[in-house]
Amino acid sequence: MASRAGQISAALLGLAVAALTLGSAAMTAGHATDWSLGPADGAALRFTLLQAALSAAVSGALAIPLARALARRRFPGRSLLIRLLAAPFLLPVVVAVLGLLAVFGRAGPVNAALAAAGLPPLSIYGLHGVVIAHVFLNLPLVTRMLLQGWQAIPAERFRLAEALGMPPPSQFRHLEWPMLRSLLPGAFATVFLLCLTSFAVALTLGGGPKASTLELAIYQALRFDFDLGRAALLAAVQFGLCAAVTLATLRLTPGGVFGPGVDRAGGVSSPPGWRHGADALAIGLAVAFLLGPLLAVMLRGLPGLAGLPLTVWPALGRSVALSIASALLASTAALTLALAVTRGQSWLEIAAMLPLSASGLVMGTGLFLAVHPTISPESLALPVTLMVNATMALPYLFRLLLPEARALRADYGRLSESLGLTGVARLRLVTLPRLARPLGFGTGLAAALSMGDLGVIALFAGERTETLPLLVQRLMGAYRMEAAAAAALVLVAASFALFWAFDRWGAARAAT
Amino acid sequence: MLRLDRVEISQGTFRLTADWQVSAGEKVAVIGPSGAGKSTLLMALAGFVPYAGKVLWQGGDLGPMPPGERPLSILFQDQNLFPHLTVAQNLGLGISPRLSLGAEDHARIETTLQRVGLGGMGARKPGQLSGGQIGRAALARALLRARPILLLDEPFAALGPALKAEMLDLVAETAAETGATVLMVTHDPADARRFAGLTVLVEAGIAHAPQPTADLFANPPPALQAYLGQ
Repeated sequence: MASRAGQISAALLGLAVAALTLGSAAMTAGHATDWSLGPADGAALRFTLLQAALSAAVSGALAIPLARALARRRFPGRSLLIRLLAAPFLLPVVVAVLGLLAVFGRAGPVNAALAAAGLPPLSIYGLHGVVIAHVFLNLPLVTRMLLQGWQAIPAERFRLAEALGMPPPSQFRHLEWPMLRSLLPGAFATVFLLCLTSFAVALTLGGGPKASTLELAIYQALRFDFDLGRAALLAAVQFGLCAAVTLATLRLTPGGVFGPGVDRAGGVSSPPGWRHGADALAIGLAVAFLLGPLLAVMLRGLPGLAGLPLTVWPALGRSVALSIASALLASTAALTLALAVTRGQSWLEIAAMLPLSASGLVMGTGLFLAVHPTISPESLALPVTLMVNATMALPYLFRLLLPEARALRADYGRLSESLGLTGVARLRLVTLPRLARPLGFGTGLAAALSMGDLGVIALFAGERTETLPLLVQRLMGAYRMEAAAAAALVLVAASFALFWAFDRWGAARAAT
Repeated sequence: MLRLDRVEISQGTFRLTADWQVSAGEKVAVIGPSGAGKSTLLMALAGFVPYAGKVLWQGGDLGPMPPGERPLSILFQDQNLFPHLTVAQNLGLGISPRLSLGAEDHARIETTLQRVGLGGMGARKPGQLSGGQIGRAALARALLRARPILLLDEPFAALGPALKAEMLDLVAETAAETGATVLMVTHDPADARRFAGLTVLVEAGIAHAPQPTADLFANPPPALQAYLGQ
């Protein structure tokens, strides 16, 4: 039985998360002086919706052949490739952008090839660039979602189809298309939501009247124009938009996309002939598209490592401390809420998922508006970033932990209670050992997300509170690309190291 | 004495009543068709399912007690051992839920393991044991807890007939030694005949008062006849 104190502390935590999310939205709405959107704001809203819809549609369209090829082919390195599909979650967005600039930028290999073929160059800035970056970041996620779908189709159905002599197009129509039809709306909604709140991509590749998102417009209104009323109005619009899309996404999306377990063999058949070549092409192009930018950052950054600006190290220290603290805060909160939900406090599930409806930037704007009359926002940059990052990671960790916590309660809840195993003893002897693996994985994910965050910190930070992603972005802004790439390499190494350390901790302590 | 005083369990449209008592030290089988509520009755006694009425042990009401403080041990159908703890640690939980164990406790654990035929296996994880050995380990923990009531919710159902008979004999021996009152859910009339002096028939929303097992099977009521396929 849960102690009264445990129930009360979980309820207080849920209320705090709800207050932070809804309170910041209310704060923005309260500061909006004029509720009509100007022409520039209308354009930002249209661009936000357009880039999110295009990014989601292209990610889905490219993920179908890739996931299908991965589902029906076995080749050396397949399991490594599937594991690499999780890497973009850990990759700081600013590093991905740097890599894409190296590949698709004016002097990059793609434009060199286009020029050699006598074709006009491709611009990485504006709508093209924002969509390419979002596809780069989200294609792996959609591929994993669809791959899970393919592997969930029972092998017996494919065997039956083959025994009946069904050709591959009929197999697709009767077995694979129903699965796609059920998963694609959720995948589209998930990517659409992620692209609505993707501030760092718009900051680095967007901008100007034609390619400004709502979040970028909020940032500009706060940092450059200091037009608090307009920032508040835009943040309120952004919150409403995200809340509506979040509701749709939660209805459409199955859970467990981020966890392991997509590397087992599925039952889908492997047709020979030209389809074999088409699958190889899909996999080859995806590998080139996903690994090319990372290799480019490495090649560009390695020579610059020796001459890194000295400001990198304090920025790295701040980023690491911030991400460890926010990951621990997020995982403690997620575990507390997940355990409380399994004990019957089901309203806390809504509280834990609420941060999805407010982007970090909207939350940051609300907090900025709340503190700026009395305290310098810069002095609160790090604590506010810590709190917002932890809150933003909470829904992902919670969704990861909740099914495991439910299974733990179903399997061992009564045994624990019959033995009088409660409170701290139960946490130490049963809960933590049984949940160590997802807890380590989720904490690592939260640490990497926080390490690469370039959202709320951009609103609050000054010189003395600069984090590493912000430093990389500022180096890019100053066209010091080699230094930016070298700093980006340090950032990637730190993100992956933090993820690895927490994941290893979980795996080492996981009960067997 | 274990007394069920006008106990009534309601879960949605399901309803089960019981109003009877058994003397301390009795071995009672609980038999009846699937879905009749045999396991639910045991879960109510163990404190996991709410009920109206009273469950009394030696005159004291068990109602306000949380499961871990009730004067009983329970063996579930499965998941009786934590798979990440060693066999000795699983047994240790029967002595101290915080696993604060002294040298004397470890000695008791080893003695009890030997008593159930698992001597020297304390360092193993449950995954390294057979089904029968897992049942023995769970029984050993119940012995260490030394509670006066033992509830068995078909913990040996997955074992083969010979192994199951062996386990039932072990339970009977230990119950005779400790004087424990045992309630055992079973689907198998042979188990009831082998193990229990009394049998409770659960059917049509009623857990009937215990009757001598031999008499009940010699002259089964219509519901039991239907269940036995006679």
